[in-house]
Amino acid sequence: MSTPAVRAAGRPRVVLVDDHGIFRSGVRAELGPRVEVIGEAEDVAPAVELIGQLLPDVVLLDVHLPGGGGHAVITEVKKDHPDIKFLALSASDAPEDVIAVIRAGARGYVTKTISTPDLADAITRVADGDAVFSHRLAGFVLDAFAAAPAPDDVKPSFDPELDQLTTREREVLRLIAQGYTYKEIARELFISGKTVESHVSSVLRKLQLSSRHQLTRWAAERRLT
Amino acid sequence: MLQGKPGWPRGRFTGDDGEMQEPSEQPWPPFRFQDRPDQPAGAHRHGPHSWHGPGHGDDAQEWASHWGNRARRWWGRGDGEPLRRNPEDRLAGGVASGLAAWRGFSPNTVRIVLAVLAFVSSGWAVPFYFLGWLLIPVRGEENTIASKARHDSAGVALALALGSLLGAFLFLAGAFNDGAITVYGWPQVFSLAFLTLIWRNAPDDERAGLRRLVQPLESFGGSGSAARRGTRLRLIGAAVLLATGLGWLLSLHGGTRLLAPLSGFLLVAAGIVLLFGPWWLRIARDLVIERQARARAEERADIAARVHDSVLQTLALIQRRAEDPQAVVQLARAQERELRSWLFEGRAPGDANVSSVAEGVRQIQRDVEALHGVPVEIVTVGDCPLDEHLNALLGAAREATVNAAKWSGAAVISVFAEVEPDKVNVAVRDRGKGFDPDMVPGDRKGVAESIRGRMSRHGGDATVQSAPGEGTKVTLTMPRQRGSSQPWSAEPGTGDSGPAAQPRPAEGKRR
Repeated sequence: MSTPAVRAAGRPRVVLVDDHGIFRSGVRAELGPRVEVIGEAEDVAPAVELIGQLLPDVVLLDVHLPGGGGHAVITEVKKDHPDIKFLALSASDAPEDVIAVIRAGARGYVTKTISTPDLADAITRVADGDAVFSHRLAGFVLDAFAAAPAPDDVKPSFDPELDQLTTREREVLRLIAQGYTYKEIARELFISGKTVESHVSSVLRKLQLSSRHQLTRWAAERRLT
Repeated sequence: MLQGKPGWPRGRFTGDDGEMQEPSEQPWPPFRFQDRPDQPAGAHRHGPHSWHGPGHGDDAQEWASHWGNRARRWWGRGDGEPLRRNPEDRLAGGVASGLAAWRGFSPNTVRIVLAVLAFVSSGWAVPFYFLGWLLIPVRGEENTIASKARHDSAGVALALALGSLLGAFLFLAGAFNDGAITVYGWPQVFSLAFLTLIWRNAPDDERAGLRRLVQPLESFGGSGSAARRGTRLRLIGAAVLLATGLGWLLSLHGGTRLLAPLSGFLLVAAGIVLLFGPWWLRIARDLVIERQARARAEERADIAARVHDSVLQTLALIQRRAEDPQAVVQLARAQERELRSWLFEGRAPGDANVSSVAEGVRQIQRDVEALHGVPVEIVTVGDCPLDEHLNALLGAAREATVNAAKWSGAAVISVFAEVEPDKVNVAVRDRGKGFDPDMVPGDRKGVAESIRGRMSRHGGDATVQSAPGEGTKVTLTMPRQRGSSQPWSAEPGTGDSGPAAQPRPAEGKRR
């Protein structure tokens, strides 16, 4: 949340990573006026190399990639460039894949059916350090954090707060899942837009850092660790 | 010599210059072949049966007439077509009935003759039958199976391998006993090779005929699945062979004398295996690879057929209706849903099976999108089996969704369902034109009331929020019954994972 100053000059610089060439060219054409697409890659290894060279503000990353999947790209790039932000997108939405990408460090997840203005919005927001939750991701997260607190026999996380969503965070996620925009959520809950964003960012942090038993098992059931 | 015979139809068979003349005497001759006026005259020169006859007066006439009829039956009554196998009337390859039609016999006569020949010739007629199958084209075709088999190098190799395998077996068998087995067996080396070529290169319908020949043999093994039958047949075959073989060995050699010839036999067998073994193995392996390739091709064809039936059809429809964006979106979404449920949930298109809340919500999505052409975005959190109250909840949710699709004018409707430990919530929301709840038109109020009434009858609750220009949100809450508070206790895999509302996101579930 600290880097808006870095890209003072307007349009965020974006690298597209997607194995679907038609989709890449479509996105590049449509995003044209609002973001600057500076590179494209279609595979994990070339993507990591390209991102290392170009140092974009945001990487628009397909969840499913040949050669290891989207989370492999994030894990590799984050080693050397922890500041580069990732926005995951995908047509297929198996929860385990999406959560894997988020836990690897993506700042958000949108589906490929998203409209172009919304996608541009999402990219800008991610570039500004915010989190972007699509209605689907909100559903997955609610799911993963659903249920009662972890049983006693499980070692709690370093910070127990990470293991649970607050009531407010839950409310925000529910509204996102129903397709509300941040602005609409703010109005609905009588809070400011900034507060909504901080709730979402907090959920993202919990999702990435929690070692919560339930989340781990939820993930394990879907074959991710 | 002809001319010297009294009463002989002079000039009819002038023979020397081949020139045809009208016979001078009537009613002669019986060889006019009037039933075959299309035949050129020269063709009649072969009427060889009539040369040797008593050749005098009435006797001669009678004799000639008799043999003429006979000859006509032998050579004249065929259908005039070239020799072709008969695809309509066949037991195996239609060779016999083809021969019969060619020469004008009853097919069964030819078959019996062939069967007798097979015995008399100590089995040699059998490979000739198969050779005929290979070399005689089927009626209506010009190409023989052999012409196709020529290019089937794998098939030729396989035929050679199987032939040599049988040959080796016969050779070894002959070391002990050169009775009927070897005598009748050797021709079958060729039969086996020809049969292999036929099997690999015959068109499908002829293959079906071959399979029909084998069928009685298979059903002899007993009922049940084909695989079990095959196994039983193999076991019976092996038992019979082993018993007979051992019986021979013991009866012929008895006692320790058995060992001496046996060791020689083993050496020969080892030699043969060493000589041909690698080749046989390679051919067997090639055969396996070929079969795998065929299986892959079939699988591919299956997928291609499905993609054609669904995706390609939809793409074609989309191109045709390109000027109607709503229809295009609707088509694309319907196709996406179908493909997704096939790919990720292993469900055939059109397979409706609603047994849980998430399933029910998906069903609402499918139906509303199909009927009203408005995209419905669904998110489900958790899942649980349905009971009558939850059915009522789904019914109300469906009504709310249909309502939104019909009246709101919104581009998209979102349905959110969350299964909590003690209740199930469903929210149906649109960003459409909305309405003033205090000034609703009668019909809409009626619908709202029916939603509320349905919910309250089952102990649930419904609220409708709306304002002009603000869209509408219908929130439904249904408490869960004690009996069903254990989510998915019935389902294997997740039933043991404790607390209620075990995460089960339904949307886009993959495995």
